[in-house]
Amino acid sequence: MLRNSPPDEADIGALRRRATRLRRHMLTMARGQGQGYIGQGLGIADVLAALYFHELRYDPHNLAWADRDRFLLSTGHYSIALWAALAEAGIIPVEELATYGADNSRLEMSTLDTTPGVEMIGGSLGHGLGQGIGQALGLRLDGSEARVFVELSDGEMQEGSTWEAAMSASHFRLDGLVALIDCNGIQADGPVVLDMEPVADKWRAFGWETSEIDGNDMAAVADALADARARNGKPKAIVLRTLPGKGVPRIETSEKSHFFRVDVAQWDGIIAEFENSVGASQ
Amino acid sequence: MSGAAVEAGRTLAMGQDEAVGSGRSSVDAPFGRALARLGKARSDIVGLTADLGKYTDILPFRDAFPDRFFNVGMAEQNLVAVAAGLARSSKVPFATTYGVFATRRAYDFVAIALAHSNLDVKIVAGLPGLTTGYGGTHQAIEDLALMRMIPGLTIIDPCDATEIEAATEAIAEHRGPVYMRLLRGAVPVVLEPGYRFEIGKARRLREGTDIGIVSTGFMTERALDAADALRKQGISAGVLHVPTIKPFDAEAVAEFAAGVGRVVTAENHVVVGGLASLVVEALFDRGIARKVTRIGLPDRYIECGAVPTLQAKYGLTTQAMIQTIAGSETAA
Repeated sequence: MLRNSPPDEADIGALRRRATRLRRHMLTMARGQGQGYIGQGLGIADVLAALYFHELRYDPHNLAWADRDRFLLSTGHYSIALWAALAEAGIIPVEELATYGADNSRLEMSTLDTTPGVEMIGGSLGHGLGQGIGQALGLRLDGSEARVFVELSDGEMQEGSTWEAAMSASHFRLDGLVALIDCNGIQADGPVVLDMEPVADKWRAFGWETSEIDGNDMAAVADALADARARNGKPKAIVLRTLPGKGVPRIETSEKSHFFRVDVAQWDGIIAEFENSVGASQ
Repeated sequence: MSGAAVEAGRTLAMGQDEAVGSGRSSVDAPFGRALARLGKARSDIVGLTADLGKYTDILPFRDAFPDRFFNVGMAEQNLVAVAAGLARSSKVPFATTYGVFATRRAYDFVAIALAHSNLDVKIVAGLPGLTTGYGGTHQAIEDLALMRMIPGLTIIDPCDATEIEAATEAIAEHRGPVYMRLLRGAVPVVLEPGYRFEIGKARRLREGTDIGIVSTGFMTERALDAADALRKQGISAGVLHVPTIKPFDAEAVAEFAAGVGRVVTAENHVVVGGLASLVVEALFDRGIARKVTRIGLPDRYIECGAVPTLQAKYGLTTQAMIQTIAGSETAA
């Protein structure tokens, strides 16, 4: 059963508060490590909040439920955001977040599928979309209505396998497949090194029903996800323009960095800045 | 060379005929037929290919179960990724392409998307070793070595039609990723009716004392013929067939080697990283000192040409094998 469609104002307010909680979890986790992919995590927080607390059908107490919607995080290094969402969703204990990136922790800096709630091993970029297609084909063979959501990134589109997958999804008419393309403008070597624009036109040309939105505008995210429910023979792509570090002005305005390192002592200031901006916006 | 021979050579060079196993009865498309039979019994089996359905014998499955067959086009990374996704949806995918593409092109996907998660995907790879005259682009001469490095991947190099059929059934039952070399088209029947294939098990097909030939893939056919010919020359040669490259039956190899004077390995693959290396490791680990003669391909790219010509040039034919073994025996 799908939840409210389209989400009303109360839903949007609740989802914004969820996103704030996800960001708070992430900042706490990054503080413990003093470093990490916090910029990407903060940028994708609104999308994960909308997915896990509105759009996805899943049962936190029965992760193997065959008809669950799947969420595949192809960018495994965004794991900090996924752990926050899985904890908030009741799939892993909130207390476990403190182990993020530590030796023997299940909450690795890059996702492994041995952690509950993880649908694929992310991190070798260009792997997610093809695996999502396979899952969608399998679900269709079983007559399941479950959908498959695959997050990927702007830099990841440079991997040729992304386009191998993109052309096959429209060929197979996988209308239960939704690609969430996080365009945050950064990759390992800094600002996106190979011009990927126009991103939305590329996906349209590959046969995807494509929308392009501000990925940090909760109402826009929720609406786009609701639109993507249409079973019209086409896979859906949502191009998300996100701001790395969203919610923490000091990270938002820092030199755009793939991997964020801060002195442990500076984390108090960063978290205070985040709480101030939360207070100002609510 | 006569015009007809040139003509025949040209056809073979185009990769239309592997010309494996002359003089024995054969079965047409044993893999595809076995898969179609399995598909009838098991609805979880699905088929995939990357624009090589016709050339990897999977069409009998496609024709029987069109809804469970997916051709992803010339995109081997996506072939493996899609197969991985299907496996996560409780399907057992059989994905076919040529060995060169499954290994060299899709390696990261096999290693990470499949093997790291121990997913139930079976890759069936055409044109193993020197079975095409298409040259280095199409000859998977180092696939066993490459795939051996992937943890948890089961690797099969079947000998004949009987074994391909049995192995297709066995790998469908087996939980976990598999890479199986394919012999396509009219595949000879070599192994005797009582032969039983089991993943991870080597089988002694001939007993002998002077020479112990450890062979895999279609080289076992030639090893059997060579052993029979050598016997007439007064050389007692045993044959141990090792269809499973991983997990490797090191115990059986060691026991076999301990009972012979010299060891010969025979593989349709480069002589580094594959069967020969596995045999040497098995013997060394157990302190069994035997001289090992390695029959297989050199560590170089092979040119284009007719398959029989190339196999003779690179020592894979029965005749070449007899000469190599008899020569090494004389030298000893």
